[in-house]
Amino acid sequence: MKKSTVVSALSIAGALATALSFSAPAFAADEKCYGIAKAGQNDCKAGAHDCKGMSTVDFDGASFKLVPAGTCEAMMTPDGKKGMLKPMEG
Amino acid sequence: MTTQPGQNDFAAALIDRALPVPDGVTSWTQPLPARRFGVYRNNVSGALVEALAVRYPVVKRLVGEEFFRAMARDYALHNLPRSPVLIYYGADFPDFIAGFEPAGALPYLADVARLDSAHWESYHAKDAIAVPQGAFASLAPATLANVAFEFLPSVRILSSPHPIVAIWRTNTEDAAVQPVDLTLAEDALVARPEMAVEVRTLPAGAAVFLSALRDGRPLGEAAATALQTAANFNLSQNLAGLIAARITARIIP
Repeated sequence: MKKSTVVSALSIAGALATALSFSAPAFAADEKCYGIAKAGQNDCKAGAHDCKGMSTVDFDGASFKLVPAGTCEAMMTPDGKKGMLKPMEG
Repeated sequence: MTTQPGQNDFAAALIDRALPVPDGVTSWTQPLPARRFGVYRNNVSGALVEALAVRYPVVKRLVGEEFFRAMARDYALHNLPRSPVLIYYGADFPDFIAGFEPAGALPYLADVARLDSAHWESYHAKDAIAVPQGAFASLAPATLANVAFEFLPSVRILSSPHPIVAIWRTNTEDAAVQPVDLTLAEDALVARPEMAVEVRTLPAGAAVFLSALRDGRPLGEAAATALQTAANFNLSQNLAGLIAARITARIIP
């Protein structure tokens, strides 16, 4: 069973006062503009399909021997987990 | 919705290629236009796959075009649209991905799909104007614990044991994806205060805090719940984040 936690009005008021004077962003947001993957989301292609290549009879994707072959590999670091963007310790 | 006689047969034959061309389907050149019906079948699945590709661009990039199309087609054939509005299509595709064995090597894929989907829903959510940030400064200190909030319709909160925002971001913004520390866990806040959808990472306990507020629970209770989940929950930081994110449509004193 969880013990109940009470947050007093005083501590909330104090927290709000501190919050109102915050200058750094508390929830890290997106810094960059959208690049490639979202490109075209707003243009007329979104939701529409390209008729080219669809007016065929067969579209057989039933045999599933595929493996993921996109960018998932490229995100992996040499040791398979640790990112290289973080500074080395020590 | 009621169906006319023959519509069920027609729908079943669209999905199952082993079934014959349904009775009553004719063309002016031949009585049973098998090739034409094949084109029609192909366009049904092709259009649905395309709709999923638009809603799930990061998933598509992660697994590649060929894998994505095959996976999406498998989903589409078992999950035909229930609404004529295509923007609603594929909301439960992430759940399908979670159980899709060939994608098992990418344990984060379903949660990244949830972020793609949240971004899509946020983009298409009803417009609403956030309260000005000054509205928070004028709240009476004594009754703050009882204040509740109504969030913008575009607000989505996600919690994941995987670095979903880092994965999503590099696959959205970078021409060549950056390495990601796949051992990290990230929670996300997605919202559209004005025209653009904003994706933010959340600090400890914030997802629980914001979810409680979204569900209409008062500030004191939401803060207490967050503290129970994360001992290092920082109320000042979270209030600052809540205010700066401009996600509050209404303050209920």
